Amino acid sequence: MSPEEVDLSTAICGVHLRNPTMLASGIVGLSGEVLARVARCGAGAVVTKSCSLKPRVGHPNPVVVDYGAGVINAVGLSNPGVEAMVAEIRDARELMGEERVPIVASVFAHSIYDFGTVARYISEAEPDLIEANISCPNVEEEFGQLFSSTPYVAAQVTRRVKSSTNIPVIVKLSPNVPNIAEVAKAVVAAGADAISAVNTAGPGMLLDVESARPVLTNRVGGLSGPAIRPLAVRCVYDIANAVSVPVIGIGGQSDGRDVAEMISVGAVAVGVGTAVYRRGMEVFRHMTTELAELMARLGIDSIERLRGRGLPAGAPGRPGSDA
Amino acid sequence: MIPQMSRITRVLFENRSVATFELDACVDAEPGQFLMVWLPGEGEKPISIMDPDPLTITVARVGPFSTALHQRQVGDAVGWRGPFGRPFTVDGRHLLLVAGGYGAAPLHFLARRACDAGISTTLALGARTGDDLILVDRFRAIGCTTVLATDRGDVGYQGFVTDAILPDLAQFDRVAACGPEAMLYAVARMCWDAGVPAEVSLERYMKCGFGICGQCAMGDKLVCKDGPVFDIEELRHNRDFARFTRTATGRRVSL
Repeated sequence: MSPEEVDLSTAICGVHLRNPTMLASGIVGLSGEVLARVARCGAGAVVTKSCSLKPRVGHPNPVVVDYGAGVINAVGLSNPGVEAMVAEIRDARELMGEERVPIVASVFAHSIYDFGTVARYISEAEPDLIEANISCPNVEEEFGQLFSSTPYVAAQVTRRVKSSTNIPVIVKLSPNVPNIAEVAKAVVAAGADAISAVNTAGPGMLLDVESARPVLTNRVGGLSGPAIRPLAVRCVYDIANAVSVPVIGIGGQSDGRDVAEMISVGAVAVGVGTAVYRRGMEVFRHMTTELAELMARLGIDSIERLRGRGLPAGAPGRPGSDA
Repeated sequence: MIPQMSRITRVLFENRSVATFELDACVDAEPGQFLMVWLPGEGEKPISIMDPDPLTITVARVGPFSTALHQRQVGDAVGWRGPFGRPFTVDGRHLLLVAGGYGAAPLHFLARRACDAGISTTLALGARTGDDLILVDRFRAIGCTTVLATDRGDVGYQGFVTDAILPDLAQFDRVAACGPEAMLYAVARMCWDAGVPAEVSLERYMKCGFGICGQCAMGDKLVCKDGPVFDIEELRHNRDFARFTRTATGRRVSL
C-alpha cells in the first residue's frame, strides 16, 4: 500500500475532516486571517482561542516559557470577547473560501449560567462545533476550582451549554483529576456530543534560581508538549474505555507516530498545540504526511481501521463496539 | 528557553527619557531580532538588540516596565531570553537605514554588521526635536553617513525624514527601516514605487514572543515569529499594515 492510498478522513459528530490534525485551542487562533492560514497549512480543522462574554487581558508577561521537555503557560485566557470572536470566525470562513475546513469555537465563562450565554452568542457565527473549555488551570485563583474537577459540576456546565445551542458540543476535560473516566461519563450523560482531552496538566511551577522567583508572573501554569504526552494518551485511553462519543486527543503530539498513537487509543482526531511552535505552522502538513506513511507501512488504509486498536475488545470507544 | 540573569555593567542616558544598558553577556543574534527582557516582579517586554557583544539595549521610559528598568543601576540583575524573530538581510552595496525616534536602536546593530561587511551605509533619522535624535554619534563612529530631520527643524531637515531622503532614494540598492508604522508605510510606498528592495521592522503587543499565543497577529502574519522584520513585498496586500493593530485583549482596532 502506498501512502496516497491511505484514507485520512475522519469525522466528529457528522462533521467531516479531511485529516485528523486539528489546531488546538489557545494556539495562534485569535484572528480569522491566521485561522485561515492554519487551514492552508493543512490542518483538518481549526479551533479558536477560547472566548468569554467580556474581553480579557489575561496575565502579565512572562506567560509562556519553553522549558525543554515541554512548555509551561499561564496566558490567562486573554481574548477580545465573544462579540469580536464572532467577527473573527466569520472572517476566517470567508477567507477559507472553497478550501474550507471545519471551525470549532472554543468558549469559557466564570459561571455555569454564563457558559450558556456565551454559547448562545457564539452560535451566531455558525461554527461547525462548539468546544466548552471547562478545564483551564491558569485561572484557579480567579475562578476557583476547575469546572471539570468534579463530575457533577462538569455535567451542569454541559447541560447549560447544550440547552443554549443546536450546534454539537465538545467538552474539554482536564487531566488533573483522580478519575477522568468518571468526568467523561458525567458529561456524556449530560448531553456532551464529543470530548476533547486533555487541557494542560499541573499546574506546574518554574523557578529562576538566582532571583528565587517563579518565572511566570502568575507563578504557576499549565504544562503541555512532549512532557505530558503519555499522560494525555492514558487519559484518552480511559475515556474511550468508558464512553462511545468521539474523542479529540490532545497533549504533546509532535509527529505522525504520535497521532497514530493517540488514534490507536480511541481518538477520532488530534489537537496540535506546542508542536505548532516547535515545527512551525506547516506542522499539519508534515504530521499528515508522516501519518499516511506510517499507516501504509502498517497496512492500515483508514483512520477508522486505525482507531481503537490499542483498546481492549469491547471498549465503547472502539469502532464496531455496540456500547 | 528559560530567562537568564545578567548584570548591568554600564548605563548611559541618551537624553531625558532614553537610556542605554550594557550587560555582562553577549548574544548570538542577527540584527533586527529581539529579546524578551524580564524584571522579576515587574514583567517582561520585547526589546530590540542595539548591540550583541556586549549585549546592549536602548530603552525609552514610556510605561511602568521601562520606568522600573530605568531605576536599575550598575550591578543590578536583568533577565532575558532570546533572540527571537526574523532578522534584517545584510546585503547590497549602498544601504539606507530609515529610523524614526527609538527605531534607531535595532538599526544600529544592522549598521554595525553592514559597515563590517563593507557596505556603504547611510542613516536617515527623524524625530520630534534635536534632543530626540538618539545614537547619532554611535552611528557616525562605526562609519555611517547621517541625514537628520526634526519636526521642529531645530536640527537638520524640517519635516518628515522620508521627505528628506526621497530625492536621493535612487542612490541606494537596499532600504531597512524601523520606527512608527505611519513612517514605515511611507518608506514602503516610496520603495514600492521606486522598485528598491526594502525591509521594515514592525511592532505589535506581544505576549509569548515566539509564535504560540497569536496575540501579535497582523493580517495572517505573527509579528513575533514571521517578523518583526518583513520584506515590503510581503506587506503589499496585508490588511492590517498601517491600518489596524490589536489591543492587549486581542481586539482589532484602527491604528
